[in-house]
Amino acid sequence: MNTVNTGDTAWVLISAALVMLMTPGLAFFYGGMVRKKNILSILMQCFIVLCLLSIQWVVYGYSISFAPNDGFWGGFQWFCLNGVGVEPYPDYAATIPHQAFMIFQAMFAVITPALILGAFAERMKFSSFLIFILLWATFVYAPVCHWVWGTGGWLKKLGVLDFAGGIVVHITAGIAALATALVIGKRKNLEKNIPSPHNLPFVVLGTALLWFGWFGFNAGSALAANGIAVSAFVATNTAAAAGGLSWALMDLIRNGRTTMFGTASGAVAGLAAVTPGAGFISVVPAIAIGLVASLICFIAVSVIKPKLGYDDSLDAFGVHCISGTWGVLATGLFASKLVNPAGADGLFLGNPKQFLIQLIAVGVTLVYAFAVTMIIYKIVDLTIGVRVDEKEEAMGLDLTQHHERAYTVLE
Amino acid sequence: MNMINSGDTAWVLVSSALVLLMTPALAFFYGGMVRKKNVLSILMQCCIILGLISVQWVLFGYSLSFAPGKGFWGGFGWAGLNGVGLEPYADYAGTIPHQAFMVFQMMFAIITPALIIGAFAERMKFSAFLLFTLLWATLVYDPLCHWVWGLGGWLRNMGALDFAGGTVVHINAGIAALATALAIGKRKNIDKGTPTPHNMPFVVLGTGLLWFGWFGFNAGSALAANGLAVNAFVVTNTAAAAAGLSWAIIEWIRNGKPTIFGFCSGAVAGLVAITPAAGFVNVVSAVIIGLLVSVLCFIAVSIIKPMLGYDDSLDAFGVHCIGGIWGALATGLFASKAVNPAGADGLFYGNPAQFKIQLIAVLITLAYSFVMTFVIYKAVDLLLGMRVKEEDEMMGLDLTQHHERAYTVLE
Amino acid sequence: MKLVIAIIQPHKLEDVKKELYAAEVNLITVSEVLGHGQQKGVTEIYRGAKETGNLLRKVRLEIAVNESFVEPTIKAIIKGAKTGNVGDGKIFVLDLGRCVRIRTNEEGSLAIG
Repeated sequence: MNTVNTGDTAWVLISAALVMLMTPGLAFFYGGMVRKKNILSILMQCFIVLCLLSIQWVVYGYSISFAPNDGFWGGFQWFCLNGVGVEPYPDYAATIPHQAFMIFQAMFAVITPALILGAFAERMKFSSFLIFILLWATFVYAPVCHWVWGTGGWLKKLGVLDFAGGIVVHITAGIAALATALVIGKRKNLEKNIPSPHNLPFVVLGTALLWFGWFGFNAGSALAANGIAVSAFVATNTAAAAGGLSWALMDLIRNGRTTMFGTASGAVAGLAAVTPGAGFISVVPAIAIGLVASLICFIAVSVIKPKLGYDDSLDAFGVHCISGTWGVLATGLFASKLVNPAGADGLFLGNPKQFLIQLIAVGVTLVYAFAVTMIIYKIVDLTIGVRVDEKEEAMGLDLTQHHERAYTVLE
Repeated sequence: MNMINSGDTAWVLVSSALVLLMTPALAFFYGGMVRKKNVLSILMQCCIILGLISVQWVLFGYSLSFAPGKGFWGGFGWAGLNGVGLEPYADYAGTIPHQAFMVFQMMFAIITPALIIGAFAERMKFSAFLLFTLLWATLVYDPLCHWVWGLGGWLRNMGALDFAGGTVVHINAGIAALATALAIGKRKNIDKGTPTPHNMPFVVLGTGLLWFGWFGFNAGSALAANGLAVNAFVVTNTAAAAAGLSWAIIEWIRNGKPTIFGFCSGAVAGLVAITPAAGFVNVVSAVIIGLLVSVLCFIAVSIIKPMLGYDDSLDAFGVHCIGGIWGALATGLFASKAVNPAGADGLFYGNPAQFKIQLIAVLITLAYSFVMTFVIYKAVDLLLGMRVKEEDEMMGLDLTQHHERAYTVLE
Repeated sequence: MKLVIAIIQPHKLEDVKKELYAAEVNLITVSEVLGHGQQKGVTEIYRGAKETGNLLRKVRLEIAVNESFVEPTIKAIIKGAKTGNVGDGKIFVLDLGRCVRIRTNEEGSLAIG
């Protein structure tokens, strides 16, 4: 029965590689947005997360996220991949080796904390960053992941739909971004001049790699090369396109010009929004999800953020949390059993209960992730201090945290 | 019996594409490290190899490397892909078309000579480079590839384990790098100050893409989408992560700050080291292999190289040869039949004979490749002259070899 | 007519611009330069190769002014660029021989304003 299917295995492996590429993609997406003097700090933070969590995941992260258990998080029986072999584990994926599922999930665990760093870019100490991320992955990501996806997780039992990580990835990271942006405070001299991105082509390169990788993220989450994977692939591409167009249009209406930066942000917002619904919705809802995602993210980033005055430097909250929340709720609206019989119908197909479940899941995740992120931040701040001193901030993190600079001037 | 499996074929094809991407990735990895005036020469050298070796491979390279034969190389039986069709060739891969195997191997033949470029960067004539590379691929790569992987190859018959090219690719290219660095001599004015990388984000981009492509390199070498491929994928990611962390920690201890350049070097060293072992070791061994490779390469690059004073400009020897040697020997230590029944047990699993075989394979590769590279270098030097004129070196290879410059200054 | 040249910290450029506008000095040229004075640059490390005393990024301002604007300009630059730490930069004032506005062929103080 549970034999390994080569087509499914090939698809999940290539999807894992694609999702891995999203972290470098994100590094360039974020790295292009900061000032010249800080780009290496962003690249370094993204890449060190890739390393740190790859190891954390095989040692204990996978076990506390996915080992079957009814409690707060998974059990420790899969410590160091003990018992996680090449035999399929049917509760998660019946046609691929268990380790293929594990490594696919590892890439999600890597990119999630990397998303947060947009909020505190240009001002966090590297040593504190490492400790913060390790604690966050352990006490925020792993439990939420277990609740939503793990065998025995209580949100899973409740019937919440999260195809590829709207709750687990985008809402947790996005709200954590808000929490850290609030506590770390603004960058210096921000009132006088909001720094513009130092290398927009890098932002565009990053967007393209993210879009490319997102096919693995969403369509790979079918965990097989089947119709649902195809449907998710189509929905993903459609929503990203709609998101990009929609933001460009908003720019045009409000500022009179379309911008590359806006279009790139819109595409990412569309991708984030379609993530939870990708395997449950058809293509027309995907357009609606993408269009609306950019609309509300645009309002959050361009209208609300300046009014409230917090400094979420690269809009990790404004893009990921807002569109993630919208995406999870939209799944409760648009989901259809015609697309995925294993899913559920949403509100628009006569099942208001699903919308309520989605709402509960969002509420719980927002509160839990926000509170625990605050606590972790405060602990790290009290022990080793989170923020660099003012002189280092002025000089840039590349030189002060890493003794390097990104570009030479003369030769 | 020899039925084509669509999943396996899909996996090997996409792996080939991933490995192809490693050559442009290497171009950016190396290109970011040189001075502004030489970046195009590096990109050009890498890209021309894509053209040159692709053609060499289908005309006679594949035949020399893989046509069955007990001699020095495989002979010309499969020249022009004569007899290499869409039927599987069971001795290499029983479930994919023979040409899929051929094109997958082509990508290895391409990236290997590209690795050497790092040693003589910023000072070799383009015409001489072309001739050198063609001779090297034919007289060094093809025979070695035949010995280790080809049917009838004597190292293969001896039982040497090299899953994805530790000896064939990395030791081979790495020692050739040392030979050319010694023969061509130092760059001018290098004693007054080592040039710093002109565009560090390119180095990081290259690292990200290399990591991504390496999944095809290692996991694709299973030549099927099965448990072995999954194992190779998992240990590849793990070793790269461990090595990146390890290099960062070493720098932190020794220099007070971790650098992204160091981190990237470490990650690549980890990928190199796990290459021969990927299909034979488990994940805990991968962590150890990764942690230690950075220690060895760090010593080679930061301590021994300055002491000996050769100018391996971009550390092709220090990273690939040292990392490759460690990986090949580590395979003899950590290999386990529990992971791959078709492999062998290593020293730590009670089979010291395997370690001895690995050692012999390493020494043979080192000796043959070093001597032969030196001979080819001298021959080309007499014929065409290898090194550019001093004033050309000062002006940069972009303008003098290619009549282009990478970046405009004003518009 | 004088030419005021100032070398300042890059992150102080916005402050200096603001002060200059407040002093009604609106015509400036800005370029990115490298340099170090008493402040000894910084340590950089590339694969273990340590580079000390390297040049730091600075911003160079060039402002051509009539005599009456020399003091306000200097004051504005100091007000904007001063942190009190080593590395704040320097101001040089040079005599300016001639000045021509390309569009109109106007010369001298007319062309500067």
